[in-house]
Amino acid sequence: MPLLRDGALVDDPWVTVDDGTQLPMDGPAIVSLERWQAHRDELLGRNAPLGIRLKSDQPPALIADDLDRFAVVALEFPVFRDGRAYSYARLLRERYGYRGEVRAVGEVLRDQFLFMLRCGFDALEVRDEKAVDQWREAVSEISVVYQPAADSQTPVWALRHRRSAAE
Amino acid sequence: MALQVVTANRIGDGTVVYLTRVGGWSERITDGEVSRSDEERDTLMAVAQATAEIPEVVEPYLIDVVEEAGVIRPVRYREAIRAQGPPVHPAFGQQAEEG
Amino acid sequence: MYRYDEYDQTLVDERVRQFRGQVARRLAGELTEDEFKPLRLMNGLYLQLHAYMLRVAIPYGLLSAVQMRKLAHIARRYDRGYGHFTTRQNIQYNWPKLEDTPDILAELASVEMHAIQTSGNSFRNTTTDQYAGVAADEIEDPRVYCEIIRQWSTLHPEFSFLPRKFKIAVTGAPNDRAAVRLHDIGLIMRRGDAGETGFEVIVGGGQGRTPFVGPTIREFLPKKHLLSYLEAIMRVYNQLGRRDNLFKARIKILVHEVGAEKITEMVEEEWRHIKDGALDLPKEEVERIRAHFAPPPYETLAAAQPAFEEKKRADGAFATWADTNVAAHKVPGYAIVNLSLKPVGGIPGDATADQMDAVADLAEHYSFGEIRVTHEQNLVLGDVRRTDLHALWRKLRDIGMATPNLGLISDIIACPGLDYCGLANARSIPVAQRISNRFADLKRQHDIGELKIKISGCINACGHHHVGHIGILGLDRKGEEYYQITLGGSADQDAAIGKIVGPAFSSEAVVDAVETVVNTYVELRQNGERFVDTYRRVGKEPFKERLYAAA
Repeated sequence: MPLLRDGALVDDPWVTVDDGTQLPMDGPAIVSLERWQAHRDELLGRNAPLGIRLKSDQPPALIADDLDRFAVVALEFPVFRDGRAYSYARLLRERYGYRGEVRAVGEVLRDQFLFMLRCGFDALEVRDEKAVDQWREAVSEISVVYQPAADSQTPVWALRHRRSAAE
Repeated sequence: MALQVVTANRIGDGTVVYLTRVGGWSERITDGEVSRSDEERDTLMAVAQATAEIPEVVEPYLIDVVEEAGVIRPVRYREAIRAQGPPVHPAFGQQAEEG
Repeated sequence: MYRYDEYDQTLVDERVRQFRGQVARRLAGELTEDEFKPLRLMNGLYLQLHAYMLRVAIPYGLLSAVQMRKLAHIARRYDRGYGHFTTRQNIQYNWPKLEDTPDILAELASVEMHAIQTSGNSFRNTTTDQYAGVAADEIEDPRVYCEIIRQWSTLHPEFSFLPRKFKIAVTGAPNDRAAVRLHDIGLIMRRGDAGETGFEVIVGGGQGRTPFVGPTIREFLPKKHLLSYLEAIMRVYNQLGRRDNLFKARIKILVHEVGAEKITEMVEEEWRHIKDGALDLPKEEVERIRAHFAPPPYETLAAAQPAFEEKKRADGAFATWADTNVAAHKVPGYAIVNLSLKPVGGIPGDATADQMDAVADLAEHYSFGEIRVTHEQNLVLGDVRRTDLHALWRKLRDIGMATPNLGLISDIIACPGLDYCGLANARSIPVAQRISNRFADLKRQHDIGELKIKISGCINACGHHHVGHIGILGLDRKGEEYYQITLGGSADQDAAIGKIVGPAFSSEAVVDAVETVVNTYVELRQNGERFVDTYRRVGKEPFKERLYAAA
């Protein structure tokens, strides 16, 4: 799957390793929560970056104490309507202070890009390469935000008074 | 084998339409092409799906009908209301044309 | 009322552009219906039985005359000359063309309106008391907080794909006119120990397939914490609300399955992390919004208005209307006027473009240019001088909006039902019309007294049948329309879910059945009892006996 990072298509150095499959000897690998929980020591003994993939019913609280072990947390959208991972992404960023990559995987549609960005996702596994243009449109379509989130956009209620204070 | 016709809503204005003999769409159910077998039904749905991809119509589906003296009527009252227009507004829908 | 600043305006303008692009992509075949559906739904555009339907947001039911004229214009130019006011205090159009909807949204944006989040699994229009800001029994104007919630909940990045739709209602008065206990979140303004105002927080009420009166999870929430507390509730729900079954996805099911105490714990725990943070609105922003709801320039008038009393004595029809459709205003010499959208035999909640224009004129002339939409599908002019009531009444009669039936048996809530709705099992509107015609005699209606009939065409309960004093639910029974009757529901401060009285009635029999229920009440009632009082005293048995005696 093509990977969008900060609005650009990038080569994805990560491989996602299914539970039944042997881990590659080296190279960055993303594993399931189940694998992490069952083979923690083995995984930590690998001399390569590690990522974890959470299903939509696996909140980041389950890995909160281990977050510094992971360079990537991939959050699944099994269907676009399942919006749990928006909360998970914000919790990772805002509650647990996670600074690594938060990646959206699964059914990731153009019209969700902006919401994902605002919730703290910085990488998206997208359907096809058209997503680059879609990204550009999607993140510039709506410039006004009414609420604080995990991104750096200032909600209008703050802008309003910043401006009037400056006047 | 129940008699069936394919219905949908036209994409641009949402009007209720029925798939006709020649593969077009009519606002009158009685213009609808009736399927009498599984093969005919599949053929009709394939034609309908193809026009939905253009897109000419939205979400085509099959409805059961009865045919009496060349007149086609839906079996379910939901579809009768769709075919006619809202009963509370006799001026709107097909019922207005026929009234 | 709240007026947009450049930021609010930018957002709705950008939204129109965005939707114009989406519609173009759809019509060009670049988007399939599956892909387009969630996008159109986020802008309130449905596909119903006969056509598309566009639901336009009327934030907490408040409209300016200018906006009302725009709604009339849209009805005339893009629809079929009428619109339908809904129980969410919104308006919907039944015949818009998809290709016209970007233009309609642009017209709306030109008067600070939109259709954002009038559908879809996100926050819906926040509703409130139609008498907000003018009610004599009010603690504080809830519209300030409705507007704060409106902004916070608009395009919320975390909560735009909730398990299911989410409805919030706020009231500032102890007499609940906004059905707050039947919402996903209900907020009641209360006074704290030091006399300061805040909110009682209710979570998990609702109707639909599994109706619940919502429990209170917090007796008192200081106002400054409103948004952080709401965000805490939403975060708990977004993570734990059921996504495996559409019919169990509302927060009421979560509250029911987990228990109110446990939900409270989880919300409070989440809140502990986010309170006193970025969600505390700056005081100057609250004050900026509050200023928009400052009282209009009322005249100093005497509480007693002899001329008004004289008109009442002289004109019985006027007196009946004034006693029924006019409510007490907090300012001496002023009144709140209800405009009935329930004429005898009419379609509940429908208004023609001409009526909308006329109401806009009347609002400008008599009520500082503002109109309110009620969840019971009527309109309100909130600030009318008592001395103007007679003149206003005559003009309302001319446009068919002076039926003196507020709260009476013909003031029926009805969903669009199978006349329009793709989800319905049975028609609702014709049942409402037949009941209205059966009880057309106003003297009889007034003798029966307060009696709220609410009709839904399917179990989704858009017609609020669970909380009707008499509720009617349409069913499809082997291809025929049948109607189940419930008794004893209430949407007020004494909220209750009605009880099914017995087997359903055929379409032919249902109006007779309603009349039997009413006659039974009239026979059983004791001094001054309303229908619902009698029901609560005697239970459903006497009604059941009469209804099914012959069977």
